[in-house]
Amino acid sequence: MLLGADIRRIELKAEAIRETIITMLVAAGSGHTAGPMGMADIFAAFYFHVLSHDPEHPEWAERDRLFLSNGHIVPVRYAAMAHAGYFPLEECLTLRKFGSRLQGHPERMRLPGLEATSGPLGSGLGQAAGYALGARLDNKKFRVYCVMSDGEQDAGNTWESAMFAGNNKLSNLIAIIDRNNIQINGMTEDVMPLENIAAKYEAFNWHVLEVDGHNIRAFIDSIEEAKAIYEKPTVIIAHTIPGKGIKEIEFDYTWHGKPPTKEQAQRFLHELRTLKGRISSEHE
Amino acid sequence: MLEVSAHLREDLFNLHEEVATRDGFGNALLQLGHDDPRVVVVCADLAESTRTLPFKEKFPERYIEAGVAEQNLATVASGLANYGKIPFIASYATFSPGRNNEQIRTTIAINNVPVKIAGMHAGVSVGPDGATHQALEDIALMRILPRMIVISPCDAEEARKATIASAQTPGPVYLRFGREKMPLMTSPGTPFTIGKAIVFWESNAPMVAIFATGPLLYNALCAAKQLEGEIPVVVINVHTIKPLDQGTIINYAKMAGAVVTVEEHQIAGGLGSAIAELLGGAAPLPIEYIGVHDQFGQSGTPKELLEHYGMGISHIVSAIRAVKKRRI
Repeated sequence: MLLGADIRRIELKAEAIRETIITMLVAAGSGHTAGPMGMADIFAAFYFHVLSHDPEHPEWAERDRLFLSNGHIVPVRYAAMAHAGYFPLEECLTLRKFGSRLQGHPERMRLPGLEATSGPLGSGLGQAAGYALGARLDNKKFRVYCVMSDGEQDAGNTWESAMFAGNNKLSNLIAIIDRNNIQINGMTEDVMPLENIAAKYEAFNWHVLEVDGHNIRAFIDSIEEAKAIYEKPTVIIAHTIPGKGIKEIEFDYTWHGKPPTKEQAQRFLHELRTLKGRISSEHE
Repeated sequence: MLEVSAHLREDLFNLHEEVATRDGFGNALLQLGHDDPRVVVVCADLAESTRTLPFKEKFPERYIEAGVAEQNLATVASGLANYGKIPFIASYATFSPGRNNEQIRTTIAINNVPVKIAGMHAGVSVGPDGATHQALEDIALMRILPRMIVISPCDAEEARKATIASAQTPGPVYLRFGREKMPLMTSPGTPFTIGKAIVFWESNAPMVAIFATGPLLYNALCAAKQLEGEIPVVVINVHTIKPLDQGTIINYAKMAGAVVTVEEHQIAGGLGSAIAELLGGAAPLPIEYIGVHDQFGQSGTPKELLEHYGMGISHIVSAIRAVKKRRI
């Protein structure tokens, strides 16, 4: 049973991750802001509670595997990994720079702990499903998680993989969809309507859960429920606010693929620091 | 004359036995399934025609069905290989590596995982299926990817050896196979090492070096035999298109002073291009290219199509005569 203090500890990590995201994006001068900010709570939950992992030994054989299909939100992963101790926090400032291990889109060969190379949308779920199937063939006990965007539900490959995972009853695979309703060209339901996502995954033989992606306790509970499903893979549709934590960015799809300016970053960091305590109070 | 050290079949020119290269692949998979528990097969609804069916029957738990979904074929195999398996993915080359090219680039090549991509029904010799199913661009698609090894076996026996060698080499590999039964040229004793071209025919003081890949190597040998006593040539089996055996190719090209390349593929991006790129830098020489010249295929018998698109024995003979005149 998670105590309030445990949740609070994860929330503080999420706040620190958000500050790091803004700091690294402004240093990089390019990159995506809305998605990473919206997923800070879920990545804090992953790296500070859900994942069985060892930052000192990123290749530990029995670790849980976290695949990030929508590689463009990787700043949130880099920030979470840095705060978890995978590498020094200062290295975050090398994001997208020449020679950096922190590529604009994640490359498995560059940084231990990334699990996969991703970015081109729609190809993460298949990688995770293949990995989960290989692990099941060898009776491995670890779990395979796969974070996806809602926009990449447009991609045919996603549904090929959903069909494959459902058919193979990959109960060691848990997918998370960042349902933030935006993609580059606008709102998802304007660009290419996705609803009813839950019914679609159910039809593909998945167990479907929906959760508030900013309610860390609710998200962790949904993961626990997913682990208890033995006959099929589970997808958690996590409803998030793109840009969560900065009013100017929240819900604004034009923030999908641009970084803050230096001036904006100063304001945003101030806003984040004065925000402390607000996110948790929303769930009490 | 036939090169003794290549241990070619003595009945080579009598056409006693014809087997499709895809059958060599299927036989190798059975052996690999027995020898290495990491080997798995992922197939896109083509178990019989990709010759993965015997593996499926013998090792059902290691045969993974992707359905008609080649993009997922590649991504699932990426995950399997990333985990620690050695997946062979089997489909027609027009679909894999055709349809799923980006997934191969990102999740297999950049990701640097040991997926072995088996592209079937390569070339116009697919026959009656027509242009949509005749892969003529697959070597080009795979050759331009960093880290990708590209192998085009000349017969079923070499296909068997190449398949086994691919499982034993780290990293991604593309293997190219044909549908049609083609002459068996090599024997179990014929050497095979990835990246090492083999001399199949060598006359004294050759005036033309013929570099051939895939089953068309047979036509190249027939051309060499036909010209015996008229034009001395050397015929080299370039089964590995990437990495090219640069030393052997440069050496024989310089020795001969003129080159003919032979492949059942578009000239653009294929073996001919690869050799031209190499010799352009190392030993600029006249080259004649046998292959498909910027056209799509069509329905017909394999023989009709190979003749129509200029890949018959007579075309190779003409190319040898033509390039000899331009010899430096």
